[in-house]
Amino acid sequence: MTDQPISAQKDPQAAPPSRLRRALDSDFYYAFRHSPVAMVSAAVSLLLILSAVFAPLIATTNPFDPTSLNLMNGFTPPMTPNSFTGETFLMGTDDQGRDVFSTILYGMRISLFVGFAAVLFAVVLGIFLGLLAGYFGGWIDSFIMRAADVQLTFPSILVAMLIFGIAKGITPIEHRDQMAIWVLILAIGLSDWVQFARVVRGATLVERNKDYVSAARLIGRRPSAIMLRHILPNILSPVLVIATISLALAIIAEATLSFLGVGAPPTQPSLGTLIRIGQGYLFSGEWWILFFPACTLLALALSVNMLGDWLRDVLNPRLK
Amino acid sequence: MKKTTTILAVAALMSSTAVVNAETLKWARAGDALTLDPHSQNEGPSHTMRHQMYEPLIIRDTSGAFVPTLATDWAPSADNPNVWVFNLRKGVKFHDGADFTAEDVVFSFERAKQPNSDMKELIGSITAVRAVDDHTVEIETEGPNPILPSNLTNLFMMDKGWTEANNTVNVQDFEGGEITYATTNVNGTGAYTLVSREPDVKTVMARNEAYWGRNDFPMEVSEIVYTPIQNAATRVAALLSGEINFLQDMPVQDLARVDGTDGLVVKQAPQNRVIFFGMNQGADDLEADNIEGKNPLADVRVRKAMSMAINRDAIRQVVMRGQSQPAGMIAPPFVNGWTAAMDGESSTDLEGAKALMAEAGYGDGFSIRLDCPNDRYINDEPICQAAVGMLGQIGITVNLDAIPKAQHFPKIVEGKTDFYMLGWGVPTYDSEYIFNFLVHGRESDIGTWNGTGFNDADVNAKIKSLASNTDLDARNADIAAIWRAVQDEQLYIPIHHQVLNWGMGEGVGIEVDPEDQPRVKYFTMK
Repeated sequence: MTDQPISAQKDPQAAPPSRLRRALDSDFYYAFRHSPVAMVSAAVSLLLILSAVFAPLIATTNPFDPTSLNLMNGFTPPMTPNSFTGETFLMGTDDQGRDVFSTILYGMRISLFVGFAAVLFAVVLGIFLGLLAGYFGGWIDSFIMRAADVQLTFPSILVAMLIFGIAKGITPIEHRDQMAIWVLILAIGLSDWVQFARVVRGATLVERNKDYVSAARLIGRRPSAIMLRHILPNILSPVLVIATISLALAIIAEATLSFLGVGAPPTQPSLGTLIRIGQGYLFSGEWWILFFPACTLLALALSVNMLGDWLRDVLNPRLK
Repeated sequence: MKKTTTILAVAALMSSTAVVNAETLKWARAGDALTLDPHSQNEGPSHTMRHQMYEPLIIRDTSGAFVPTLATDWAPSADNPNVWVFNLRKGVKFHDGADFTAEDVVFSFERAKQPNSDMKELIGSITAVRAVDDHTVEIETEGPNPILPSNLTNLFMMDKGWTEANNTVNVQDFEGGEITYATTNVNGTGAYTLVSREPDVKTVMARNEAYWGRNDFPMEVSEIVYTPIQNAATRVAALLSGEINFLQDMPVQDLARVDGTDGLVVKQAPQNRVIFFGMNQGADDLEADNIEGKNPLADVRVRKAMSMAINRDAIRQVVMRGQSQPAGMIAPPFVNGWTAAMDGESSTDLEGAKALMAEAGYGDGFSIRLDCPNDRYINDEPICQAAVGMLGQIGITVNLDAIPKAQHFPKIVEGKTDFYMLGWGVPTYDSEYIFNFLVHGRESDIGTWNGTGFNDADVNAKIKSLASNTDLDARNADIAAIWRAVQDEQLYIPIHHQVLNWGMGEGVGIEVDPEDQPRVKYFTMK
């Protein structure tokens, strides 16, 4: 199992253009092989991501299907037969009789999906606005960057809650459950684009005065082509680093929103929702409802974050 | 540096002595009073807060017996069977110093009959309220009303002069979001005065030293700090840490923990409150379902099937941890008209329920939205969640929308929900109260909480006649007949009767009130 993530780890690097990859590949692989932290965190991340992806194959029950639940299984401790039904659960059950292990797997799917999609959204938006600001400068730059500054003065979780509240108000109640996930993505993505825009703008300011950009301008390429084909590939590595760290933050943001009760609906719990439910039963001694989802969230966020830190060190030695 | 430390130490010392000397009741429960306007929102927690500051003519003690409050005695008039005579307590003053007189009683009754009043169902039979002299009031009803005093235990008396001077004669339009002077200010005759109020955050009340019963009641609490804490674990943590010393909505999972903690006790009593689901059977088409052009809830077989799908024992065992009693009718056992036979009528039968669904033409099921409060009843949201799973087993896909009660209740009153959770306590201890609010067809002054759309002329007529029926046997026969109709219609899906648990510091002395209405003037503090 430990070998698998090592070889798979190279795959995310396939996303940037091959020029960048060829330049980095050998050094990168060497650095990876010589960093135990990177290898362990990559292994943990991959294990968690894979178990979320293949949740329907691994999980013993489908916790999102209300018809499969038996309320009498509620509050079963881990590895102990339920006093009414006699069933046993690896990590116990929650207040509704859901198997905690299965619910964590399915909940992680929501957490990860929201995390990835929100970061992707923030990256696309941030790159777009950052390139515009950095390349054109002038009033466009001032406008975008002041908007970014204004948004930075609000804590991102507050911005996300604001967006979530507004979206909840305008979506019809019938579709709220289905919409909740997309609204979460929108809310977290919108609260997170600023750092991408800033980094991309800074890098673009440096790149746009370089000779290769001037040359491209001289031969008459359109600004959009220069930005996307020439500048963008050269500024991707810091974006990649921030994106990895952002992923950990987005997962935590999703958990926070769900914990506060404004995120994923209780009938489709994400990790944060599970922690919120479990928190109500701490005093009464039903620790497993909170403990296992919390540990999973910790492992997920920590491993992704460590991976991001390591990436930053490797890709940008000057930051050390 | 040394100086600061000394100052801090002195401050800490002072604050700790202050805590010891002042008898502060630090009181928490899940939700806040919806409003302070005495005649808006006939709702438990709202009444609870009003009862500290306002007073009705009569209250009940924990056994349900009448206790003279602003009225010292009352009796039907010797001359006219339609009239009740109330003698008012003398020497009572409002918080602002104004005298309490018969004029204020007449005014308060008139105010409570306004269209926006939520108390109008209780006094619908009253045709006139007259001040005979400063301390005598005659209340005339449409025909003789033997149980009139039962309807007055939450009907609070306001000062006419104060209300008019502050332009707050009209009861607030709660559903319309109106805020008036009376929603945030209080001038009652009660044992406590309002010091400050931040809705949903904190309300502070102080002992009224000029209270008429200052020497008749313990009144050992000098200050009340009321804090709504929605989160169950936070509520219990506050009690365990001593941040509060009186907790009304004890989470059932934490009873053992709190009771086992030194210095804390849990007191328990069956509550006069039943929890149930309402279904909109009256509409031609429902907004909250996926069936177009038809209303599945209009079919009694669907309603019966839904009731049969609910496993009340499982809810009692797991969600309520034994702290409830499964119900078969929407009257608590305290109420005249309750029968053990009808209360045992609900059963769980999944196969039978599926057969009924198929017979009604909904064998493939349908989807519907369930509206549920999340800060009102004991474990309200988990009960709704459990119902989602149980109804799912007979093919009904339920989308749960659990929201705070301040947004949930207007949905029911305005008819904006097709499937909802509601709980009902019966302060009059008589079925008529339930019928007037929940069974009679919805009109401007009756049936206002009946969100089912049920409107049956025969039943309506029977309900109306209850108020003036002096033959108690015939009246009880009518009550039984109305209940039979409600049961056969499966008008509501009864879930359970709540069991009340109050958690408190050992020094706090108070008996649990089955209506969940603690009155702080009775509290002793050690």
